Amino acid sequence: MIAVIDYRAGNLTSVMKALDALGYAAVVTAEPAVVRKAEKVILPGVGHFQATQVLVESELATAVRDSIGQGAPFLGICVGLQWLFEGSTEAPATRGLSVFSGQCERFATGVKVPHVGWNQVRVDAQSRLMRGVEDCSFVYYTHSYRAPVVKETVAVTEYGGSFSGAVERGNVMGVQFHPEKSGAAGMQVLRNFVELAC
Amino acid sequence: MLTKRIIACLDVRSGRVVKGVQFVDLVDAGDPAELAARHAAAGADEIVLLDITATHEGRGTLLDTVRRTARQLFIPFTVGGGIRSADEAAAVFDAGADKVSVNSAAIANPQLIDAIGQSFGAQAVIVAIDARRVQGRPVSEAEVFVSGGRTRTGRRVIEWAREAEARGAGEILLTSMDADGTRAGFDCELTAQVSEAVEIPVIASGGAGTAEHFAQVFQLGKAHAALAASVFHFGIADARVLKQELAQRGVRVRLPC
Repeated sequence: MIAVIDYRAGNLTSVMKALDALGYAAVVTAEPAVVRKAEKVILPGVGHFQATQVLVESELATAVRDSIGQGAPFLGICVGLQWLFEGSTEAPATRGLSVFSGQCERFATGVKVPHVGWNQVRVDAQSRLMRGVEDCSFVYYTHSYRAPVVKETVAVTEYGGSFSGAVERGNVMGVQFHPEKSGAAGMQVLRNFVELAC
Repeated sequence: MLTKRIIACLDVRSGRVVKGVQFVDLVDAGDPAELAARHAAAGADEIVLLDITATHEGRGTLLDTVRRTARQLFIPFTVGGGIRSADEAAAVFDAGADKVSVNSAAIANPQLIDAIGQSFGAQAVIVAIDARRVQGRPVSEAEVFVSGGRTRTGRRVIEWAREAEARGAGEILLTSMDADGTRAGFDCELTAQVSEAVEIPVIASGGAGTAEHFAQVFQLGKAHAALAASVFHFGIADARVLKQELAQRGVRVRLPC
């Protein structure tokens, strides 16, 4: 069973709909116990980094840490990817999970912010998450803050410099783009995640 | 590199897509879910569904239509038309929309923009602006109209676009009432000045007749996206054809596989 964490950041309908179309059952939950028991965990989210503060206050963050510790695959989407880093200048007082090192920052001046629309990803051929997604495929982004490129980056996008489109370390994965809104390429990414062996 | 977006717009009345010239002589053009899927397959970057039903009964039908259309659609999906409150927006999001477009209700109650943005994120709110200019007068004097372009508000377009941005709108959908329905080209001057006045992306609408018009509004008009509504009913075959022509004109677009 797949747990989709509801922390009141944005709308979960599109993620649930995409999982349904792939033929996978998922539950929307805000219960740490449900997260601990789930085979896979998805943390969606659009909106402000501050919204992730709820995860810490509700012990969901601890549940996610436990789940990751047990080896259950984890996928953070958008702010869900950013939360896997140390933090974000969008909400300096709110700490991330620090699975990946570095801070998320606002796009530099000189480009329109937010970064909205279809942009390309340079894909790491070794990635399990991005398997079957052709290099230079287009995916849909909508965000104002971006995560740095780190050694675990498996998809890179250029917009006023390079940033992490996707990251992957073991079973801990994140995508800055919206796979549920990225047509066939996005559905391939979601399929790769839901089909990972537990 | 970020590409220019082609957004297919479906005008829906009582659960059916309609086509007509400036909302006159509307004829049935098909089922919204089928047409949205067809546009997505042809390479449209997003779908906008505009509800032109005025009646109360029609609103229930709208949610059903949104639900059916969203089910098999995996590209961004915006719903607009008659959304007056954050609760109404929430119902549309629950039905499967990714963004809502607000127009008259935002002018009447600008707080609506803040309210939807705070609950669903700025990226989920598009403020639609219907603009009208007096011929020969500068863009700075362009005025916002509401109620389908029938009622003047006395508000300047650029000032309202800036306020919408400050209140947390994620994008501006700018329709030139003067160009709308003419199929003689977008108002590139208006679009460029609004685009320069705000940081958020501007979607151009009104006046499209040819691929050249789209190229102009991206290059001269500095638009980030353009709405294609009746042009797909009366002119260009579909998004694939339009994008191939745009690519030949040097516009960066996402070409369908």
